[in-house]
Amino acid sequence: MSKESELTKLPHEILKEAQQAGIEADEKARAATFFHLNQQTVQAKINEYFEGKIELLDTKTALKRYPELEQYMWKLVDRDKDEYTRKVAAGYSGGYFIRILPKAEITFPLQSCLMITERNLEQRVHNLIIAEENSNAHIITSCLQHSNVERAAHLGISEIYVKKGASLNFTMIHQWSENTFVRPRTGVEIGDHAAFVSNYVCMRPVRDMQMYPVAYCNGAEARVSFNSILYGQRNSQLDIGSKAVLNGKGSKAEMISRAIAREGAKMILRGLIEGNSPDCKGHLECRGLIMDDESFMQSIPELIARKKGVEITHEAAVGKISEKEVAYLMTRRLSRDQATSLIIRGFMDVSILGLPPALSREIKRIIEISTEAT
Amino acid sequence: MDILEVKDLTVTIQGKPILKNLNFSLKEGASHILFGPNGSGKSTLIGALLGLPSYEIASGKIFFMGQDITSKSADERAKLGIVASFQNPPEIAGVKLGDLLKLFLGKTPEEDFSPEEQKLIEAFRLTSFLDRDINVGFSGGERKRSEILQLIFLKGKLLLLDEPDSGVDVESLKLIASQLQRYIEQTGSTALLITHKGDIMDYIKAKYGCILLNGAFHCFTDPVSMYRDIKNYGYEECVACRRRKTGGWNFEQRK
Ligand SMILES: Nc1ncnc2c1ncn2[C@@H]1O[C@H](COP(=O)(O)OP(=O)(O)OP(=O)(O)O)[C@@H](O)[C@H]1O
Ligand SMILES: [Mg+2]
Repeated sequence: MSKESELTKLPHEILKEAQQAGIEADEKARAATFFHLNQQTVQAKINEYFEGKIELLDTKTALKRYPELEQYMWKLVDRDKDEYTRKVAAGYSGGYFIRILPKAEITFPLQSCLMITERNLEQRVHNLIIAEENSNAHIITSCLQHSNVERAAHLGISEIYVKKGASLNFTMIHQWSENTFVRPRTGVEIGDHAAFVSNYVCMRPVRDMQMYPVAYCNGAEARVSFNSILYGQRNSQLDIGSKAVLNGKGSKAEMISRAIAREGAKMILRGLIEGNSPDCKGHLECRGLIMDDESFMQSIPELIARKKGVEITHEAAVGKISEKEVAYLMTRRLSRDQATSLIIRGFMDVSILGLPPALSREIKRIIEISTEAT
Repeated sequence: MDILEVKDLTVTIQGKPILKNLNFSLKEGASHILFGPNGSGKSTLIGALLGLPSYEIASGKIFFMGQDITSKSADERAKLGIVASFQNPPEIAGVKLGDLLKLFLGKTPEEDFSPEEQKLIEAFRLTSFLDRDINVGFSGGERKRSEILQLIFLKGKLLLLDEPDSGVDVESLKLIASQLQRYIEQTGSTALLITHKGDIMDYIKAKYGCILLNGAFHCFTDPVSMYRDIKNYGYEECVACRRRKTGGWNFEQRK
């Protein structure tokens, strides 16, 4: 793959939209950059500073170069799970292969962008991430559809392996459009003393999205966190959840979600934590605000325990914005609208995600850009 | 002159009357201490004066500086200068105290506080709270400090203070109350301060003491001796004795 940046060769408006979804055009601020446009990988480049610590290739290229990678494919996601997995299994256009080498400390985020600009396209990708033992990295992946494309679909398989002692922070920003149909299918395997943090941000409308990533905490003291900030608007249909399977002794799961439904959005928020080993712990927290009578919100928390010593809890609340909070701010000279939007912005505050400060600032910035753009 | 006049005010909560046909007024530029047993409706009265939607005004009128504000919303009343510190302020996740204070001052979150503003925040020992979500995890006394600081930044004309001294340690009480007194003196504003204790009157120089009892509002001069009488003889007796001796104003006109 070319060492030269292909990003700058992209048409200006495409790059601009990618930037609104969090893509940093200045690649010096990123450890690596991957760009898949429609059905083609246009960029897979590592910042020189991190050469020898990261491998980044298009999945197809990677499988040719390292046939042994086949063992990682379709292991965490069942290829016969549903019609979407079967479609990707039948043919896909690429995706990213990211390997963080053992003990590598990747101090800058890696970025990836999957973008659709062609109408009626069904984008099918298969991504593979391997965080080798004791490595440490964070990945920001943005998926977007160009705003003037009518109908399109995105089917994305992601299989993520976080090996012994590794720590991987994975932030996904979705900026689809009112015409996109989205079916990501994700499986994660977490080894001994390893940690995986998923942050999912969806602030733009989407036609229909359903996803339910599954994390298998197979290692001793493996940890997973799923955090999501969801803004459902303009008839978006979102069925979003996550599942954590705690197989390792002392493994832990935490799920935090904040959701807002307005303008006819239909949202189902799921979460399942399954405790299969002694001393495992889990907590699920889901809070949703519904802003009008046209919208719908349902929270479905599920807790399963199979061993003595399992401790799994949940808190869920869906409903209207607190009138007491609005009234309080109004006595402080804010209008009802100002008070409401201040509370909503606070409700969607990324600091609930407990991210490292730099990443937190970054995501905050991305949320600001993407909400301004709507 | 009366800055506030309440006429035949009936306040209901979820349809249930809490205050009935209440009449009283507050003197401009004076501090009024309001006493009254638990549940007598003091916080309800403040809620109704603020225009909080859960306190329904079933009948009667409220005049502020001569203007009928009965149907004005809470933010309109606040803009006119009616501000309050809450007995139990809500927690608002994600809304930072510092950002809110800047909003009151007409600043954006990026702008800095002026050195005087910083000094005041520091005096309230709230500098390290600027980045915290409003009231979330604040102790009782920290909430009171934050409420009073907000009031000072809001620069109101009529301060409604609902138990600013409850749960506050002696040093904080001195701090809160002397800052309040300073603000009142500097701006000539009016205060209605609810308390169950007398210590705050060491710092707040109040001309009037009022008692809300059995649905009636009674005001007299010398709140310090009133508080002593309430302690010794109870609310009823304090009112009865003062009505006999000195007379008062703001008696309820029962219908
Ligand atoms: N939301 C509500 N629903 C029903 N009753 C209420 C509600 N809020 C207040 N009340 C009742 O109204 C009465 C007056 O309450 P209020 O809070 O005004 O009393 P207060 O004088 O401020 O008491 P305290 O000194 O304890 O603060 C009480 O009997 C209380 O139970
Ligand atoms: Mg009260």
